[in-house]
Amino acid sequence: MKHLSVLTAACLAATPVLAQDSSDPIKLTLHDWSGQLITTTLMGEVLKEAGNNIEYVQADYIAQFAGLKTGDLHLAMEIWETTGREALDEAVASGNVVNMGETGMLAIEEWWYPAYMEERCPGLPNWEALNDCAQEFATAETAPLGRYLGGPVTWGGFDEERVEALGLDFEVVHAGTDAALFAELEAAYQRQDPIVLWVYAPHWAPAKYDGSFVEFPKYSAECYNDPSVGINPNAAYDCGKPTGPIWKAAWAGLPDQWPGAAKVIENFNISNEDMGAMVADVDLNGKSVEEVVAAWMADNESAWKGWIAQ
Amino acid sequence: MQALSRHITRARLFWVGLFAVTWALSQYSFQIYKALDARWIIRFPSQYQLNTDTVISGFLDWLVNAANFGLFTFRDLTRAIAWVIEQPYQFLRNLLIEGFQSGIGDTAVQVAPSLSWIAVIAIAVAIGHYARDWALAALVGACFLYLAVFGQWDSAMITLASVLVAVPIGAVGGLGLGILAYRSAWVDRMLRPVLDLMQTVPVFAYLVPILILFGFGPVAALVATVIYAMPPMIRVTIVALRGVPEELLEAGRMMGATQRQMTWKVLVPAATPTLMVGVNQVIMLTLNMVIIASMIGAGGLGFDVLASLRKLDIGGGIEAGLAIVVMAIALDRASQAFSERRMQHPRTGTLMQRHPWTTTVVVIVLGTFLLGQVLPAVQSYPDDWKISTGRFWSDGMEWINVNFFDTLEAIKTVLLTTLLLPVKKFFSGIPWAWGIIATGLIAWRVAGWKLGVAAALMMGFIAASGLWGKAMVTLYLCGVSVFIAVLIGTPLGIWAAQKPGAGRVILGLMDTLQTLPSFVYLIPVVMLFRVGDFSAMIAVVLYALAPAVRYAAHGIREVPPQLLEAGKMAGCTPRQLLWRVKLPLATPQLLLGVNQTIMLALSMLVITALVGTRDLGQEVYIALTKANAGQGIVAGLSVAFIAIIADRIVHALSDTQKKRLGL
Repeated sequence: MKHLSVLTAACLAATPVLAQDSSDPIKLTLHDWSGQLITTTLMGEVLKEAGNNIEYVQADYIAQFAGLKTGDLHLAMEIWETTGREALDEAVASGNVVNMGETGMLAIEEWWYPAYMEERCPGLPNWEALNDCAQEFATAETAPLGRYLGGPVTWGGFDEERVEALGLDFEVVHAGTDAALFAELEAAYQRQDPIVLWVYAPHWAPAKYDGSFVEFPKYSAECYNDPSVGINPNAAYDCGKPTGPIWKAAWAGLPDQWPGAAKVIENFNISNEDMGAMVADVDLNGKSVEEVVAAWMADNESAWKGWIAQ
Repeated sequence: MQALSRHITRARLFWVGLFAVTWALSQYSFQIYKALDARWIIRFPSQYQLNTDTVISGFLDWLVNAANFGLFTFRDLTRAIAWVIEQPYQFLRNLLIEGFQSGIGDTAVQVAPSLSWIAVIAIAVAIGHYARDWALAALVGACFLYLAVFGQWDSAMITLASVLVAVPIGAVGGLGLGILAYRSAWVDRMLRPVLDLMQTVPVFAYLVPILILFGFGPVAALVATVIYAMPPMIRVTIVALRGVPEELLEAGRMMGATQRQMTWKVLVPAATPTLMVGVNQVIMLTLNMVIIASMIGAGGLGFDVLASLRKLDIGGGIEAGLAIVVMAIALDRASQAFSERRMQHPRTGTLMQRHPWTTTVVVIVLGTFLLGQVLPAVQSYPDDWKISTGRFWSDGMEWINVNFFDTLEAIKTVLLTTLLLPVKKFFSGIPWAWGIIATGLIAWRVAGWKLGVAAALMMGFIAASGLWGKAMVTLYLCGVSVFIAVLIGTPLGIWAAQKPGAGRVILGLMDTLQTLPSFVYLIPVVMLFRVGDFSAMIAVVLYALAPAVRYAAHGIREVPPQLLEAGKMAGCTPRQLLWRVKLPLATPQLLLGVNQTIMLALSMLVITALVGTRDLGQEVYIALTKANAGQGIVAGLSVAFIAIIADRIVHALSDTQKKRLGL
């Protein structure tokens, strides 16, 4: 097997497609959520069109940085500003990982409630309405305070600080994983029970369930860093959460070994709307990732051809 | 008689006193801290905190980046090992599912297809018949057919490939280490604590170092699986070799066998039936690891479970999870049959007659290969014939959620306020210094001063690592779960032992619960009980119930018949027979069941971190998501220490009980 591939690699070098690119496969990481599978498959298919060989490897979101640093893995397509920034910065600082720029998608995360809560809690989406109906959101464990279901502790998010700074009558309960978070939403939605929780986009949940994000005072860097800024003069975090880009990250050796591919990767760009539609097609309409990606590529030929041509 | 009663009261006094002091300190620790203005009472002083985690992280950094043996680095070595493991694995993947190709990407040319699904099922049936009889062959064949019909074939074959690589490595490695330990007391002594740690440190704790050393992908997952699955094989090997009758050894020596001959011609063959029990354990533990392995790149059924649950496709998760159970059943029954298999006389006749199964399988493999070129349905199971039960499960779940949530919520509230919260308050109030002393006292009282000192030191390590609070939450969650599991499991076990019909159903259910990946029921539990300790407790109870049931059933069945007879002669009613004769005699077994329940509960705690607990499991999980190797290992060691202390104490209790009963 190994010999054969070396042999064909030699043949391939003789027939220049993108002469300077290595014919070794570029290893792209796959995680366990559909959006990332779509982004990565799309990148992979476009790279194939550009004449590169690719290989998909399953890896954990944060643990993959260990592999990117050593060159075991080559490309990670979705590093969220909101959850992966720390790990990305640390990896880039080591000199073994490079940031390949934005994917064009914008990560949004905020407190979110289902539409049926608007009747029971008039005044939403304004955050001040939350206090008026904290009772509605209370459960046996948290009463008299309302219950807010936050993301896993590892996601950060400063929700305890926000509750404190804005004087919200809520208790923050952390889900252990993404799956647990949305399992509760699904169950509450089926029963039409009150719930307010951490939701992020692009994700299938805002597409599947009817609801909105709570409107907090607008985020600014000063609001997070400087207590005197914002509604509460004595506390920081008295505002909503920041939005941020989703980054591409690669092994530092990638631009040297596959200079052509590196250009294509840097040019990759897709909007939240396109992504949201594709995620919904996969998770809600039961289509396969490959099918959805192929359909997008057929409809947007000029877009991805542009990434290669530039 | 008088001396005995005095002894009993003194023992009682000790336990009551210990509990009273602990309760008082737990209740008033906060007031004492305020009164004395001594914050160290409730928090371990941070200036004395150990920095084991940074030391470990630093050591691993050095190991990965700098360690050098002159000619090659440490990482070259681990990468070489990874390469060696990868070859058979890749071959099996090609053989079972991917087919053989040359070249990569667009230039790839298919050299040969993979085995067709019909051929794989035929091989499974052949192995089943070879191992025992047609009944087993039918069972194994049906299991594999299930995988094809329910659309799990591709993933199942990837999982099967990793099982087929991990099990031989685990079995042969375990056998080798077991033989070494049998031969040299020194190795045995060295190995024991290592085995304890391998079995009790949660896998999550060492995933990060393994990823760094063995690279990303299936091989790292295989290495983690082998570390997790090998210890029982080592233990079984040691027990099996020690159990070889002295006469046999004597006979071997008289024949003038060399040490090598003694091992391979006398010891190992004589111990084979017991050794196969170890192999069976390795297989089951390997399948237990499928989900965790898929988190670091193993793919297969585990990945399907994870991905389905991420999109809340409960049906998809259950289908993939049941596929793992079905595969476990097939492999378990086949390997058990091998361990009970008797030597058969070699057949005579032509090649066909001597090897009927081998020739049949070869014919089917070649036949389906040729037919598959024309008829794709022969090569891979057609999509149109697949059945999905996904909707059924999701709808069922919604129905339960909508109709029974209020009832379940009421039950939950009662249990929370009467049991969980008071116990939590008790444990989390205990000041660390007294906690260390109390653990030492308990261990000393039950198992002697050696364990007392060791237990106090281990608890000291936990406190000094700044993990006391999380350790107490662990104790509380684990304690409550074990209590409930034993409360439910023991009666079920007794029932299973008294009524063989019910027993088969109950024990079968327990097998399923244990091989079904906990992830599958974790998400429905969260849907019904919300994120929190209660959901975690339900998940732990479901997982840890099995040993409580099994040991109870076993203990009741093993009561010597002459004692039962004596009881009946004395005119016991069936009820008296159970309470006065069977149960007391089964206590040592019941205690071992409790011990296993504790071990499983602790190993489950890391998984429950995924629904949001604040215990040591969460600490391990956070370390994993931050790729902080040191933090993970320290938290993992803390879990292991709690497990080891509990294990030794319960074993000591069981031994004392056995002595008292004269068993």
